[in-house]
Amino acid sequence: MTDTSTDTAALATLPGPGVRRRPATGAWALWIGRRLLLALLTLWLCSLVVFLATSALGDPVRAVLGKDYGTSPERVAALREQLHLDDPVLTRYFSWLGHLITGDPGVSVASGLPVGELIGPRVANSAVLVVVAALVMIPVAIGIAMLSAHYRGRRADGIIQVVLLTLAGLPEFVIGILLVAVFSTTVLHVLPAVTIAGGGAPPWSTPVSMILPVVTLVVAVAPYVSRIVRSSLLEVLDSDYVELARLKGVPESIVMRRHALRNAIVPGVQVIALQFAWLAGGIVIVEYLFSYPGVGASLVDSVRNSDFPMVQALAMVLAAVYVAVNLVADVVSILLTPRARTAIAS
Amino acid sequence: MPATAAEGAPSDDQHGPDRPGSHGAGTGARVTDLRVALTGSGIDVVDDIDLVLEPGEIVGLVGESGSGKTTVGTALLAYSRAGARITQGAVDIDGHDLLRLDLGAVRAMRGRRVAYVPQDPGAALNPAIRIGRQMVELLELAKEGSAADRLARARAGLAEVGLPGDEEFLARYPHQLSGGQVQRVALAMAFLPRPKVLVLDEPTTGLDVTTQNLVLRTVKDLCAAHDVAALYVTHDLAVVANLADRVAVMYAGRIAEIGPREEIFARPAHPYTRALLDAIPHLSSARALAGIPGSTPGPGRRPQGCRFHDRCAYATDECARVDPPPETVGPAHVVRCLHHAELPPWSIDTGDIADTAPSAQRDVVLRVEHLDVFYGRTQVVFDVNVDLARAEVLAFVGESGSGKTTTARAIGGLSRQWTGRVELGGHELARGARGRSAADRKRIQYIFQNPYLSLNPRLTIEQIVTRPMELFGIAKGKAATDRAVELLDAVALGPTVLTYRTNRLSGGERQRVAIARALAAEPDVLVCDEITSALDVSVQGSIVALLDRLKRERGISMLFVTHNLALVRSIADRVQVLQRGRVVEQGFVVEVMENPQEDYTKTLLANTPTLR
Repeated sequence: MTDTSTDTAALATLPGPGVRRRPATGAWALWIGRRLLLALLTLWLCSLVVFLATSALGDPVRAVLGKDYGTSPERVAALREQLHLDDPVLTRYFSWLGHLITGDPGVSVASGLPVGELIGPRVANSAVLVVVAALVMIPVAIGIAMLSAHYRGRRADGIIQVVLLTLAGLPEFVIGILLVAVFSTTVLHVLPAVTIAGGGAPPWSTPVSMILPVVTLVVAVAPYVSRIVRSSLLEVLDSDYVELARLKGVPESIVMRRHALRNAIVPGVQVIALQFAWLAGGIVIVEYLFSYPGVGASLVDSVRNSDFPMVQALAMVLAAVYVAVNLVADVVSILLTPRARTAIAS
Repeated sequence: MPATAAEGAPSDDQHGPDRPGSHGAGTGARVTDLRVALTGSGIDVVDDIDLVLEPGEIVGLVGESGSGKTTVGTALLAYSRAGARITQGAVDIDGHDLLRLDLGAVRAMRGRRVAYVPQDPGAALNPAIRIGRQMVELLELAKEGSAADRLARARAGLAEVGLPGDEEFLARYPHQLSGGQVQRVALAMAFLPRPKVLVLDEPTTGLDVTTQNLVLRTVKDLCAAHDVAALYVTHDLAVVANLADRVAVMYAGRIAEIGPREEIFARPAHPYTRALLDAIPHLSSARALAGIPGSTPGPGRRPQGCRFHDRCAYATDECARVDPPPETVGPAHVVRCLHHAELPPWSIDTGDIADTAPSAQRDVVLRVEHLDVFYGRTQVVFDVNVDLARAEVLAFVGESGSGKTTTARAIGGLSRQWTGRVELGGHELARGARGRSAADRKRIQYIFQNPYLSLNPRLTIEQIVTRPMELFGIAKGKAATDRAVELLDAVALGPTVLTYRTNRLSGGERQRVAIARALAAEPDVLVCDEITSALDVSVQGSIVALLDRLKRERGISMLFVTHNLALVRSIADRVQVLQRGRVVEQGFVVEVMENPQEDYTKTLLANTPTLR
């Protein structure tokens, strides 16, 4: 028999695959830079579509002036002049884009006020609503998923799954109306049904008025996230490394948290991102339902008034949220997956 | 000094067989009357298992897939996989019956008194946790010692298995290690809390022979150094022959035979043990391998009486009725067979045949010149030259990454990224299969490694086998079906399978269908890519016998890709040894095996586990 020690030493010095010691920051910067460029490209394409779509909607002047359109040609001319509608489309597009980039999204046709001033607080209000909803939703959804996975195949799991599926099947306005009926009008009268922010004060100055909108969003979104995290948890719980952890005598709660959840969360991150992005659009209805002063209500009003500078700006804000959320989700996914992380670093 | 916080925690002292009770040598493990059954139906997975592991002893638990060997292994840790439950018996370790303890107490025993080394090294370590953290997890949970102490122990443990214990290594993730390294980390991790009983579940499956040998020696050394009682679960008798002190052979949920290693290999008393041994290729001589007809019955499909009787050559009517009791036939040698006393004498040399003589006349069909294969811009195969004669088997042998499969795929037309010249019957072949004429494609047929993936699950066996005949205009309709029946008969499958889909067939049966499909094209050359490595040895034996018959009766030539040198000796006429994409040695099997010239070949031969 050959000498063990020399043999062992020889094998030990073999470099493991994928282990290269190089400054990782450079690689990361490169990767993020590339992703940011892609994000900008996406946003630019969005701007093109948004602008062309709003331009193709028809003559905004006719929409703004309504019956006056036919009777006062001088107002039509003035408005056309104000909106540069006689310039070629491309010129208008680039001038709009230029202003947008420099932080000037134009002037509202309906109110004559700067769009930035109009939507600024609205965007902030909506952002607070979405972030609060997400902060509540993520732990709740993951907690339910862990509970469900722990009781897999047993009655508790079955009940949770039926409830989740039912909630997932209900449109968010139905959930909102039910919640209003239960907590504000028909059954109980404990929570306000609408968000009344007096004198332009932000809605979070009266936190209790935010409860129902937040709960509605959480209930609308959590079931999807829960179901995905549960199914990836089940897959991970069947894996060899979870079995090994159990055979090592690691307590079940730690198996679940440290061994299973960490690996199961990655598909969840992508779903959370998708749901987040959906939230950015989905709040339109929820905000409308609760008269919440966010982008949703603004968007609905602007579309109704053919206030196309407002529509364009809001659409771009929503697009930016989509792009940003997905970028963040990709970064988080990679940070949570050592294999992907080390692949970038090397 | 590490504080022994938890009750009965093993001391940090490596060589402390001093204090009686919870510390020291331990008392091994004793399994009595163990039964594990499927939840719901109550059908037994394993039944009537009695097993003793003495301290410092390695017991090999051998069985084919479906025999229940892993179930017994994990039952030693009072664990059963989802869908099964331990319903009866006792597992005594250190004076505790694990099956009577509550879950918390069992957990305290797991890892610390009885540890487990998993099968698939790549999958069994958590991909999201660094090696160092994973190793010390258990010590950390028990709050044993300070963080620095624990880390020091992890380093010492890694040193014991021949791995570096530096910061850089401890900070790696499992995917940054090679297969052998991951398996040794798993070993070091299992040994870290100083368990007295160890269950190793096929820890070397999928490793190259050199790495396997290293891991096996590490196991042996560690078990001896720490006086551990080990159960080594494996399907590979050859591994056990070089490692175990005692061997238990499992069949269909029962231990068919158990005894000291020398007894089992010299005087096997159970027909199943003998059949298994007859199916194993030897490195030292060519063998006419014999398979065992049929397949191992799973839970619920096991026959009455002796569970092996329906596949046994010596079975009588009595065997179908009477469940054979365990009988002692030698020192510590127990067998469950009614007729063990009447069996004819047996020798390990049964079935030895002569190697192909180097003087044989050769009529070359396939010639490959200066083959270079690329993956993208990386060259992976360098200047391989092959000539294959009619009715000849040429083996490509090498470790993983040696380029053996890559070469075979290039010749078979499955990859197009190569340069060089492939000539079949005197004319040059195009690079990819799509560029080759139907006649050329017909003449070379490829059989894949994994029969679970290579057959279309939506087609019936009849469709699968008749398809090449229609494609190449050999036969169609009724004539094709008739030929399919003939071919299935040639691969020892009955006509009843014609209407089946693949999900009703076992792995061995699927691989036979794949062979029948290849034969349906009436090829001159078969490319067999590791076609037996996913199969049990008894099935491998019958597949090899089948290929040998096809070679002699039909004059088919074969390229046989394998990592198993012992198998090469039995199946091949000539061999090419590949290392990192280059042929380092080639020639007639008998010459290469008996008189290897290259160090690499010698290393491979020295590391191949073998019975003889």
